[in-house]
Amino acid sequence: MELFTNQVLAGIATGAIYACMALAVVMIYQAIDHLNFAQGEMAMFSTFISWQLMQWGLPYWAAFIATLIFSFIGGIAIERVLFKPLTKAPILTQVAGFIALFSIINSCAGLIWDFTIKQYPTPFGSSPFLGSQLISTHQAGMIGITLLLLVGLYFFFQYTRVGLAMRAAAALPESARLVGINTSWMIALGWGMAAAIGSIAGMLIAPVVFLEPNMMGGVLIYGFAAAVLGGLTSPFGAVLGGFLVGIFENLAGTYIPHVGNEMKLPIALALIISVLVIKPAGLFGRNIVKRV
Amino acid sequence: MSAVEEIASQAPAVEAVPKRAMTLSSGTTFVVVLLLLVVPLFVKNFIIFQMTMLLIYGLAVLALNILTGGSGQFSLGQSAFYAVGAYTSAILMEQYNINYALTLPVAGVICFGFGFLFGQPALRLSGVYLALATFALATAMPQILKLGFFEQWTGGVQGLVVTKPDAPFGLPMSQDMWLYYFTLAITIAIYIFSVNLLRSRSGRAFMAIRDNEIAASAMGIDVATYKTLAFGVSAGITGVAGGLGAIAVQFVAPDSYTIVLAISLFLGMVVGGVGWLPGSFVGAAFIIFVPNIAEGISKGLSGAVFGVLLFLVIFLVPHGSRQVAMVAQQLLGKLRKN
Repeated sequence: MELFTNQVLAGIATGAIYACMALAVVMIYQAIDHLNFAQGEMAMFSTFISWQLMQWGLPYWAAFIATLIFSFIGGIAIERVLFKPLTKAPILTQVAGFIALFSIINSCAGLIWDFTIKQYPTPFGSSPFLGSQLISTHQAGMIGITLLLLVGLYFFFQYTRVGLAMRAAAALPESARLVGINTSWMIALGWGMAAAIGSIAGMLIAPVVFLEPNMMGGVLIYGFAAAVLGGLTSPFGAVLGGFLVGIFENLAGTYIPHVGNEMKLPIALALIISVLVIKPAGLFGRNIVKRV
Repeated sequence: MSAVEEIASQAPAVEAVPKRAMTLSSGTTFVVVLLLLVVPLFVKNFIIFQMTMLLIYGLAVLALNILTGGSGQFSLGQSAFYAVGAYTSAILMEQYNINYALTLPVAGVICFGFGFLFGQPALRLSGVYLALATFALATAMPQILKLGFFEQWTGGVQGLVVTKPDAPFGLPMSQDMWLYYFTLAITIAIYIFSVNLLRSRSGRAFMAIRDNEIAASAMGIDVATYKTLAFGVSAGITGVAGGLGAIAVQFVAPDSYTIVLAISLFLGMVVGGVGWLPGSFVGAAFIIFVPNIAEGISKGLSGAVFGVLLFLVIFLVPHGSRQVAMVAQQLLGKLRKN
């Protein structure tokens, strides 16, 4: 029993990573009606920027803030230059664009900072949290920041004018334009926010998975699995899904033989497929009714 | 509680390609086939090998084209089907001593089943989400192949070495040349099959689903069946390509079939022109030769060069080689008039 509780705790800690990524996936999809494949790579690049700033002697939080601003502006710039011309293009073209971006960012990061694994500092320290051996203060801090982010985004989308305008622009672009919302800039803003949230996720994850150009590959898929589990239309579900996926992964690793670290991705895949077969809307998702 | 989504104004996932524009005219086809038959007689073995790989990747891109250009579904998971086909052929040849030619239909059938099954959960997703789910399949596949449980058949991380077949009946041909003509025959057969498939009732059903799913189901098309069928056919053809690839490369290992392969095949389709079947082979040429050129420009930046080229294609020639071919045709027509 003690093994079980310990593994559940450890699962919650790793789940925070996935929750963070799932939140980015769902929230941004809700806001801008796009899902960016290169999200993980953009987050990785931002994390490298913050690492570089720290190498040049900036303190952690200064580098953190600078990276947030850089990612926000970078996200907007990418949208304006590369994806605005594709707004009216078929989804296929957009997917191709995301893949191209993915490939460019990954390759550039590899060229600038090469593929060796780098240590990344944590602002919370890595001592045990409240005397528990399984959750370090960093992981506790990560869970805290994820929840803070969730609450902050909830208030932003629910209670601010800009948040409302962004939701309107994503849900019904034509009607939103008619009431005077600049939908084109709302999408750019969404890209900026997605990049900024992604960079927070990246900087929180980096101390755990170490910094290297391919660090985000598995995380993005787990984030997606979490989003599918929680329901693609529910930000709250996505965060809970993230924690559940983390717990599930750890328990599977403990109790099912032959399931080690190298089985991570097949488990995520199995999870995605079984949720889609058994309960396609996810745990907290809504059924979308289509009007012709 | 339910959310209502307006979909009447949405752009379709894939731009419609008129049925007649999907193939080449008979004159051009004749010239291309003639070239494919004659050229290998005059070039070195290495170039023959590259032409074989071109045909094999062409088949894989063609399969993706049927899925995406035909039925409007995305897949970034084609490398998984390719891997299953390759492993099926390799295992049957090396562990059970079955003739290489007989392993290919088996690879096709197994992949068809695999694709059909994967098509079931994939039905719940569309557009970008489907791309992401198939992306998960492609990234998970190398790890599944490395599993200790399958190791007695797959050879684990080391993979399997495949022997290259000799030309039969004492034909005076090198192994490479024989394999090339063997691949060419299969490619032509599958190409004809695909063209006819898209012209058939099933093909029209695919295209109706691609253009408007709701209208298609209102006309009595069983959307779920045809969508999974498209997945199955596409996976089956990819499996045959994978089997041929295993024989040509003489080696299968889990890390040959990563997401990079899936992305290359997707890229090949976009470059070749979505929905234009002959473009598949143009796309295959792109993904075989351009990485070499990209590495020639800068070793570390080949991924970036690839990405930039893809953006250029999206912005300048969104219909890929189909657009180039059409422009060329119009120019030729003008020249003839003058």
